[in-house]
Amino acid sequence: MSSTVSATSSYWKRNQQRLAPWLFLAPGMIMFSIYVIIPIFESIWISFYDWDGLGAKTWIGMANYVELLDDEAFYTSLKNNILWLVLYLLAVPAGLAVALFLNQTVAGIRLYKSLFFFPFVISQVVVGLIFTWFYAPDFGLLSALIKAVSGQSIAILADERYVTLGIIAAGLWPQIAYCMILYLTGLNNINPEQVEAARMDGAKGWSLLWNIILPQLGPATFIAVVVTVIGALRSFDLVSIMTDGGPYGSSRVLSFYMYEQALSEYGYRMGYGAAIAVVLFMIMMVFITLFIVRMLMQERHA
Amino acid sequence: MFPTPVQKAAPWVRHAYTIILPIALIVWLLPLIGVAITSIRPSGDLAAGNYFGMPSRFAGFENYTAVFRDSPIGWYILNSFKVTIPTVIGAVGLACLSGFALAVYKFRANLVVFFLFVAGNFIPFQILMVPVRDMTLKAGLYDSISGLVLFHVAFQTGFCTLFMRNFIKSLPFALIESARVEGVSEWRIFRYIVLPLMRPAIAALSVLVFTFIWNDYFWATVLVQGQHAMPVTAGLYSLNGQWIAAWHLVSAGSIVAAMPPVLMFFLMQKHFIAGLTLGATKG
Repeated sequence: MSSTVSATSSYWKRNQQRLAPWLFLAPGMIMFSIYVIIPIFESIWISFYDWDGLGAKTWIGMANYVELLDDEAFYTSLKNNILWLVLYLLAVPAGLAVALFLNQTVAGIRLYKSLFFFPFVISQVVVGLIFTWFYAPDFGLLSALIKAVSGQSIAILADERYVTLGIIAAGLWPQIAYCMILYLTGLNNINPEQVEAARMDGAKGWSLLWNIILPQLGPATFIAVVVTVIGALRSFDLVSIMTDGGPYGSSRVLSFYMYEQALSEYGYRMGYGAAIAVVLFMIMMVFITLFIVRMLMQERHA
Repeated sequence: MFPTPVQKAAPWVRHAYTIILPIALIVWLLPLIGVAITSIRPSGDLAAGNYFGMPSRFAGFENYTAVFRDSPIGWYILNSFKVTIPTVIGAVGLACLSGFALAVYKFRANLVVFFLFVAGNFIPFQILMVPVRDMTLKAGLYDSISGLVLFHVAFQTGFCTLFMRNFIKSLPFALIESARVEGVSEWRIFRYIVLPLMRPAIAALSVLVFTFIWNDYFWATVLVQGQHAMPVTAGLYSLNGQWIAAWHLVSAGSIVAAMPPVLMFFLMQKHFIAGLTLGATKG
């Protein structure tokens, strides 16, 4: 009896270093696999089926994807997603501009910085409601301004031409705040000697920013781009809150269209929804690969 | 310092800066200020077309009382706390363990596991919707607080692990080495040497995850249907449907829903920003 105890304890002693990481990892890895890693593959698998979420699944091969190719609404969503991606990235330079504007040491600047950051802390649901009110025809603040300037009234969220732009603008508000805070931290950690040395050499303004400051802000820029790309491709909340995809589905994005197909009142098309999600995932995979390659290079460097 | 401090600039630049700063802030927060003012407007103002002027009188009390009395928003807020607090504890706790494992031990699969967490954290989470909803239904957890908590814990573990691992990597490794030489067990090294040093990271992550989860709307709509488990984000949206054109109530409700993360941010600002900007300076 005592010999088995000592045998197991000495096995443990000998292999503690090798086993410990897996024991520490187990709870997190199990949860993460069940809820994140495995469902990714399940979704891909479901996308080859016709399934209402309750009954039996019917294997239909590529049929969901073939249907996507002819689906007008899918192209609208895809186009809007690309628009989101491109315009959302404006948050990066805009955030840098705000950060440069606020990177001063006047009285009360700390409070100013926190108040500028404010929109990021608020839920997107609240941001959506705020901007719906802001855009509302007749009595919205922005509509009133547009009317005062141009004499025309525009119902931004009811107009197919402007609706997506209006929603993206609402999304940019918190996103610029996020990028700003990243850049403020980056600016705070810039090597002052290099800046002074460059100033001695006569560098100033744009050339100083471009040649000396921006390279040092590289890590901040990387994170700002990562979170902005992710935010643009995940965009769902604002579309759902502000327009519910309308008017006539013109403001849908892939994540919203997928939700609509899989869980709408028009019937549950889980397979078709999953296929849309897979397309979105593939787009994201391009970026994830780039991000990871960069991070991996840093790991090797460190 | 870049840009040049205004103190060193010409006097007119300095003056211009002090004037432009508050104006810029007001323009930036204009939508929010509008909503805050609307939330204290009497409903009569809106009917009379007074949308932008001064409220005819302060109706903050009646609007906010009405929101709490006539709608289940208090209940929704309570649900949000019931979802958010266990998620913070669960995700941060799991990440302490897995972050420690990935930061301290050298084993072959280390980087693979690490990047699995990182990649999982980057994905558009909509791809998880169909399977996770199905799984939650089958486990009998659909439309319940615990169903939502379990998913959030699992998903946030990705981001939290990335964060914790990088934080622990920056700690002095010699501390762990010397404890090993002394024959201290791995668990005790974690519990009594590393964990106490992780306090700032735990604080930063907790504030951050609190805000993320409080503000979640997508999963609240996917995994919850009824009022009894609905968090305030989804709740506010459904109330918005009932309060058509009652903008003073919508505004008051929005302010109420936004309050907890806002308070959290102002009370824990240092931690919040430290968490958000980790990696923005080095690496």
